[in-house]
Amino acid sequence: MIQALFFYLFAAITIASAVMVISSRNPVHSVLFLILAFVNAAGLFMLAGAEFLALLLIVVYVGAVAVLFLFVVMMLDVDFVELRQGFMQYLPIGMLVGLIFLAELLMVAGAWVFAPEATATATAPIPDPAQVSNTLALGQLLYTRYVYFFQVAGFVLLVAMIGAITLTLRHRAYVRRQNVSVQVARTRATSIEVKHVEPGRGL
Amino acid sequence: MSFWSDIVWPVVVIAAQSVLLLVLLLIVVAFILLADRKIWAAVQIRRGPNVVGPFGLFQSFADLLKFVLKEPVIPSGSAKGLFLLAPLVTTTLALLAWVVVPVADGWVIADINVGVLFILAISSLSVYGAIMGGWASNSKYPFLSALRCAAQMVSYEVSIGLVIITVLLCAGSLNISAIVRSQETGLATMIGLPWLSFLNWYWLPLLPMFVVFFVSALAETNRPPFDLAEAESELVAGYMVEYGSTPYMMFMLGEYVAICTMCAMMALLFMGGWMPPINVAPFTWVPGIVWFLLKALLMFFFVAMAKAMVPRYRYDQLMRLGWKVFLPLSLIYVVLVAGVLQLTGWGA
Repeated sequence: MIQALFFYLFAAITIASAVMVISSRNPVHSVLFLILAFVNAAGLFMLAGAEFLALLLIVVYVGAVAVLFLFVVMMLDVDFVELRQGFMQYLPIGMLVGLIFLAELLMVAGAWVFAPEATATATAPIPDPAQVSNTLALGQLLYTRYVYFFQVAGFVLLVAMIGAITLTLRHRAYVRRQNVSVQVARTRATSIEVKHVEPGRGL
Repeated sequence: MSFWSDIVWPVVVIAAQSVLLLVLLLIVVAFILLADRKIWAAVQIRRGPNVVGPFGLFQSFADLLKFVLKEPVIPSGSAKGLFLLAPLVTTTLALLAWVVVPVADGWVIADINVGVLFILAISSLSVYGAIMGGWASNSKYPFLSALRCAAQMVSYEVSIGLVIITVLLCAGSLNISAIVRSQETGLATMIGLPWLSFLNWYWLPLLPMFVVFFVSALAETNRPPFDLAEAESELVAGYMVEYGSTPYMMFMLGEYVAICTMCAMMALLFMGGWMPPINVAPFTWVPGIVWFLLKALLMFFFVAMAKAMVPRYRYDQLMRLGWKVFLPLSLIYVVLVAGVLQLTGWGA
């Protein structure tokens, strides 16, 4: 009973804050509502018994991704009232796209069938969930059984990262770069030159 | 009947435990604040706070009264809701982490499977207090400080995460109590001297990671020498510039509780938590909570000494240390530890 109570609480807050994300006037408030939605989704995961996924959602999405969102939104100087001027004009197209997505989702959900062998394992999972914590089970699946797929996914991310870096990296010749090892290796002999200046002569 | 015994009674028990922990924690924090100032003063050959009570012991309580009795000032240009929410978030999150900290064997409110991850999640959330406070103040120094603080905390979380992974590899569990128990055996039992139990703990085999964790914990909690978010010579007081009275006190309280959490984490992950350092008679009689407290306080002493002795880092040096030194180092150590455990079969 208490589980159901918390489920409806978390679900209601998730949906309400998701609505607030798109309807609040201030973009910073939008991101903060997005964070609230993430945290409540983590609560839903927790209720479903997936505590590892729940905390990972918080660490990765709330702790890192949403911080970057917030960063960008706070730095932007956009007049959002002005942006909303054409809102009604785009509404039909937006609703059309939304309807298409909804129809597709319904089609997928309507034609949903479980693989026959999956239903068998779902009723009696191997290994037994009472024996193995879901961290261990996820680890075994991800890093042992599907290790090659995991590696390939990692490489895809690496390629994306290298792409992003090469797109934004600029070498400007006139910028003097800092070399820490050179700075640390400076000694008195290499950096100071003592000159004896005779009075009245100068250098 | 089952409604009372299944739902109401556990809630009452948990609430009572939480209140007890909270009160004790806040009292410890009050004296830790004093200790911080006293250690700082001693290094600089000053006396520190010595007026309120014997040896200034009640200084923190006097400060508390002062903060609470002052008028809270809310700047008219600020986002008022967020402005007041920010210190609440900081303090609540900092206190929340203690729900999974085992202060002695079995003395923990929530002994969850993923306790370490819970603390990591909480400490990654605590950046929001600073960001929200800095943005809601609607003032330039707090805003700059919030940006600094966010970048700093996100950067050092990466190395903290990797350090925790090395410990998890050795312990084979994410449950904090299980991690402490896995330190019952180790190097000392391997060399045949099981009574030297302080050699069993992870600080010795994972010494480089212990150092990385200590330094990252300083950066994660905005402690000197990494207190760039409130560098007074550049940013006045950082994201706390516009805060006064109780909201300011809550920021400071949250910061100190976060430091205590990090000290407790070091005691639990690397120094055997509640276990006695030498497994012979007079030491084993002492209750576990005393050892835990002593270890955590020892770590706090080092934190306070770091504040007293090390000059503040420059911001680019801080970023360089986090991304170019600690991240590769801890990654290499993760691979090394995993390889050693796999080859020798020592892992759980």
